[in-house]
Amino acid sequence: MYRYDQIDREMLADRAAEFRAQCARRLAGEITEDQFKPIRLMNGLYLQLHAYMLRIAIPYGTLTSAKLRALAHIARTYDKGYGHFTTRTNLQLHWIKLRDAPDILDELARVDLHAIQTSGNCIRNLTTDPHAGATADEVDDPRIWAEAIRQWSTFHPEFSFLPRKFKIAVTAAAKDRAAIRVYDIGLRLHRDAAGELVFTVMVGGGLGRTPYLGATIRQALPVRHLLSYLQAILRVFNRHGRRDNIWKARIKVLVASLGAEAFARQVDAEWEASDKTAVDLPDTELARIRAAFAPAGFATLPPVSPAFEAARRADPAFARFARNNVTPHKIPGYGLVNVSLKVPGETPGDCSAEQMDVLADLASRYSMDEVRVTYEQNLLLPHVKLDDIPAVYATLAAVGLATANIALVSDIIACPGLDYCALANARAIPIAQDIARRFSDPDVAEKVGELKIKISGCINACGHHHVGNIGILGVDKKGEEFYQLTLGGSGDDDATLGQSLGPALPADKVAPAVDQLVAVYLRERREGERFLDTFRRAGLAPFKEGVYAEAV
Amino acid sequence: MPKLFRWRAGEAVAAEDPFTAVDDDQVIPQGDVIISLTRFQSEGDRLLGGCRQVGVRLAPDEAVEALAYDLPRIGVVALAFPKFRDGRAFSAARVLRERLAYGGEVRAVGDVLLEQARYMVRCGFDGFEPADGSTPAQWTAVAHRFRHVYQRTRDGLAPAFVEREGLDHGL
Repeated sequence: MYRYDQIDREMLADRAAEFRAQCARRLAGEITEDQFKPIRLMNGLYLQLHAYMLRIAIPYGTLTSAKLRALAHIARTYDKGYGHFTTRTNLQLHWIKLRDAPDILDELARVDLHAIQTSGNCIRNLTTDPHAGATADEVDDPRIWAEAIRQWSTFHPEFSFLPRKFKIAVTAAAKDRAAIRVYDIGLRLHRDAAGELVFTVMVGGGLGRTPYLGATIRQALPVRHLLSYLQAILRVFNRHGRRDNIWKARIKVLVASLGAEAFARQVDAEWEASDKTAVDLPDTELARIRAAFAPAGFATLPPVSPAFEAARRADPAFARFARNNVTPHKIPGYGLVNVSLKVPGETPGDCSAEQMDVLADLASRYSMDEVRVTYEQNLLLPHVKLDDIPAVYATLAAVGLATANIALVSDIIACPGLDYCALANARAIPIAQDIARRFSDPDVAEKVGELKIKISGCINACGHHHVGNIGILGVDKKGEEFYQLTLGGSGDDDATLGQSLGPALPADKVAPAVDQLVAVYLRERREGERFLDTFRRAGLAPFKEGVYAEAV
Repeated sequence: MPKLFRWRAGEAVAAEDPFTAVDDDQVIPQGDVIISLTRFQSEGDRLLGGCRQVGVRLAPDEAVEALAYDLPRIGVVALAFPKFRDGRAFSAARVLRERLAYGGEVRAVGDVLLEQARYMVRCGFDGFEPADGSTPAQWTAVAHRFRHVYQRTRDGLAPAFVEREGLDHGL
């Protein structure tokens, strides 16, 4: 994977020094909180309900064991001993003291991590396929392009004061594991008829108050022109995006108001007028980045591992883990091990410092030193020999990280909600905990099968509720927390926005309603249907009846 | 009268401002003036006929391309930041420098803050009217806080991918 060179490192060191100076001015009272706010926000430091929250970027969700150990150390030293992985594959620490923030940035910079552009109206940390480099269904490693974009977008002089935040996701696989259609720009890498690598460029997706799926504005952008084309999109957005209303400032509103075709024409005109060679990376630089992601060190193994098969036969719990949490690898004899951060009853996405340390050890010993963060708030060891998976499982189980529920009903996405966030209308975490406890019996969860529940504590939709098979949105009704349910959403390659189920429910009725929805699904489903498939075939009516008939 | 910094040889220098900024409802005084685009379009030719320099002030929603054919005779293009968060002028400055090849002064006016010095210099601004009382020394320091850049603009700095080529050749 990509290792920072001297230039990348000096960028981080300069940033940490800059923030130290800015913090010193604030702590000395030379600048007011109002003046400091935009500065700290550019360093990912939010003032939340109880304390400062620091959002640490995990570029395209890739960690080494050294990085993960540093995060564990920081969580232990400066916070309460745990961190929260987000749907944007970042790590949030929710109990930070301002005076510690410069030291934290220094510690992060030592392992090539930072909080650059994790907030503010700029190009945010990139998201990509957590299976990158390990999955057989990709045409290229998307991290090559993610790294190119990371560098280009870092401290961009023109695009640091956009109308609103800007998020880019890139994938190179047929199956979308990065939810690219709900991003400001979604990039899908594929090969054209001539075999050349090209991007399909989607623009204007996003959730929040007005959800949209991205519209394709270019089918086959030659990869060498990626950055100049991104510059054209960003320039059109920077010049013409709305700035009069924060709720209408995302690029999705500009694209929707112009229409995707007219927007595409503006982008093309801007692109044609620009000096592409000044922006696009030279082949030498692309080759340098590409080399950093070249697969290396895989052993030649038989596709079937006797040790793995024996463990499956011997231990039903391991067999369940293997069924739900182990994904095939492109190299025979290897697997991807998904590590669920959705222990029923715990906070989705939370990970303790001890767990981080254990994962770091496992990564360095068994997974070529790599850990990935997924947008579904789980972690993943991408390159584990099947032979080693029983040992990895045992170690994970010993620290509570072997929950075998990936993509099942208890694998719930939830934002921090009103427990932490100053924007939230309602709590999200306790709702997730209630639901997960109801389905904590793994046999029941497996019988239900793939069912993605996503919970947001407010309309900003950090929990992606619009694309949940069951989406749950916290709303405030005269000071009381209520929850609006949507059904049928999907963030995958068949991306769809959910439909409203009916009137909002009080907090204690949400988990029972999910129970009802599952009961209707189990009654209605046909052979091989997932929850989503049954909903698409049978429609809203039986589900609506199931939930509201009893309530009346 | 707002103070003016000019960017000269990599440093911010306090400068006398020969221009008077004139609102649309004000009578045009003697000497060099900066006027709105609307006024420039109606009175520009007449003013340029006199022995003086004329500058044009653009609001963020006014496209710099509107000045394309007049740029050689415009002494300063003043790009407005009504709020520091309104970043449209960054694009305008780059288009002026990189596409329209404007060689005159590009001035940042309005809510112009020290923390933006680096972005402004990188995008091609070379005149600044800071709104926060910052000094030329502070302005220079902030503009040089980073040793490297990742993007190529017209500021002459080698982006990282060019620096790396140099490093490779040096081995």
